[in-house]
Amino acid sequence: MSTGREGLAFLKRLVVERTATGVLLVLLAIILVTGIVNPRFFSGYNLQTLSRQVVIFGLLSIGETFVIVTGGIDLSLGSLTALLNVLAAWFMTHGFGVAGAVLATLAIAACFGMWHGFFVTKLKVPAFIITLGTFAAAKGLAAVITRGWPISGLPAGFSNLWEGMVAKVIPIPVVLFLLVALLAHFVLGYTVWGQHLYAVGGNLEAARRFGIRINRVRMAAYVVSALSAGVVALLIAARLNQGNPTVGTFYEMYAIAGVVIGGASLFGGEGSVIGGILGASIISVLWNALVLLRVSSYWHEVTVGAIIVVAVTVDVLRRLRGQTVP
Amino acid sequence: MKEHFLYAKGIHKRFGAVQALKGVDFEVACGEVVGLVGDNGAGKSTLMKILSGALLPDQGEIYIQGEKAHISSPQDARRYGIEMVYQDLALAENLDVPGNIFLGREVQYRLKGLGTRVLNRKYMERKTKELLSSLRIQIPSLRQRVRTMSGGQRQAVAIARTLLAQAKLVIMDEPTAALGVAEVEKVLDLIRRLKEHGVAVVFITHRLPHIFAVCDRIVVLRSGERVGERKTSETTMEEITQLIVGSKTDAVSGTVQDQ
Ligand SMILES: Nc1ncnc2c1ncn2[C@@H]1O[C@H](COP(=O)(O)OP(=O)(O)O)[C@@H](O)[C@H]1O
Ligand SMILES: [Mg+2]
Repeated sequence: MSTGREGLAFLKRLVVERTATGVLLVLLAIILVTGIVNPRFFSGYNLQTLSRQVVIFGLLSIGETFVIVTGGIDLSLGSLTALLNVLAAWFMTHGFGVAGAVLATLAIAACFGMWHGFFVTKLKVPAFIITLGTFAAAKGLAAVITRGWPISGLPAGFSNLWEGMVAKVIPIPVVLFLLVALLAHFVLGYTVWGQHLYAVGGNLEAARRFGIRINRVRMAAYVVSALSAGVVALLIAARLNQGNPTVGTFYEMYAIAGVVIGGASLFGGEGSVIGGILGASIISVLWNALVLLRVSSYWHEVTVGAIIVVAVTVDVLRRLRGQTVP
Repeated sequence: MKEHFLYAKGIHKRFGAVQALKGVDFEVACGEVVGLVGDNGAGKSTLMKILSGALLPDQGEIYIQGEKAHISSPQDARRYGIEMVYQDLALAENLDVPGNIFLGREVQYRLKGLGTRVLNRKYMERKTKELLSSLRIQIPSLRQRVRTMSGGQRQAVAIARTLLAQAKLVIMDEPTAALGVAEVEKVLDLIRRLKEHGVAVVFITHRLPHIFAVCDRIVVLRSGERVGERKTSETTMEEITQLIVGSKTDAVSGTVQDQ
């Protein structure tokens, strides 16, 4: 009896509070079940595939975390990934060189972030509206630039960014991801700006009264978010060896789902880089499991949709009851 | 007579058809606790907002330590050592105690060339403990989010902020309005602590017993005019109530009821 009750209380804590440990346990459970159902899950090849997938969703979740912590949202990441992916390929095939193309792509990403930040802070346009605008426009722009066709013929060697290995076993994108994650974790958790992101998300008016430059703080969050799409766009260019306007579909949903599963609140003020990465990992593992089980990719979207609804509902309920993560 | 910290002269403020303040004089001595009372709409909050830079007066002058002051924003007021503790407290509920006390003036490690400002949490926690213990406040865990704390504890955090800023005058507009009996006692105690630290306080409340418990002097406003001033030791709740309502007939109890 009592263990049953304790178990129930434990489960409730997992679902309602979604501490990092709780999310990690859920992730391990999903991994275990998938591995038992299909032992191929643990094959070296699949783990490499999976880890690269985690990199993509993880990077976007990290970027999205910065915005969601401020109480905003960025719906543009998937489409932005497509546009920046196409632009990166265009730059590389038009004499910019790899370094020039990388810089130009990231610079354009930053400009999109500032554009979003400008509308949100100066014009008081809701974040979901202005980023929804980019969601629609960027995807279309990507197709216009390529006339619907992929841009291929990227410089030889660029694909190393995706295929290459460090010490023969760890994919380069995974190493890159770990560095970015470490940096983001440090910035959000240990710097003044990180603290101000939380403050702005917790009580914008208080933050303003206390002399925090709320517009600058929030603007930078949108820049970080857009930059994450820039990095992902480059990685995908390396993976496909082309710029393709069809990539990135629904990626913003996966990123947001990861962040919310990881314990962030869409009301702002809550969330962490580790949580976002764990959430993104859950999405990636589920995706991988569905592929291994040969489930149609349409079901992937249904699954992620259901997960978002559950995670956001929990977030809302938690808010209503005033329960918080300790 | 002690030196005035603040002296406001002939303050007028009009909102459309409402003349909220009709040439009010108001002064606070250094380290003095002043009770500001008056019926709803008497102009108490308006006067305090003017002193704290949240509103500009239509007419009138403010002198701080004998010199004419120019207060046109809360930042200006803060520079003169005036801090207002808002009724809604305006804390970031998702942050912990040091996070709120140091919000907007975080202590940073000096890391030259790193291009980023790193929080010195250790120092901020130590300083927070000092501030709280100088106010004789106990908060079980500093890491607690403000959201999980009681109304009195939040007041304590808000007041600790003013101590950190080395405020010379703290304005509290109805800080006890939403609190239970035990919590009210704590807030009254906080006001005494501030006085011990040499900080002047203006304390607004409808509940006269609270005023009499901590204030040195009481100023009464009625319909935008200053209608009386008494030393607490030389008056009674009955007298103050009469000043508030402006007649003897309504002075039944020592408390003015909200409308
Ligand atoms: N921002 C405002 N706009 C219009 N009228 C106001 C505003 N603030 C206060 N008033 C009016 O000014 C008068 C004084 O209000 P207030 O200073 O809040 O009184 P108190 O705090 O003593 O209850 C009231 O008649 C109130 O309705
Ligand atoms: Mg008032």
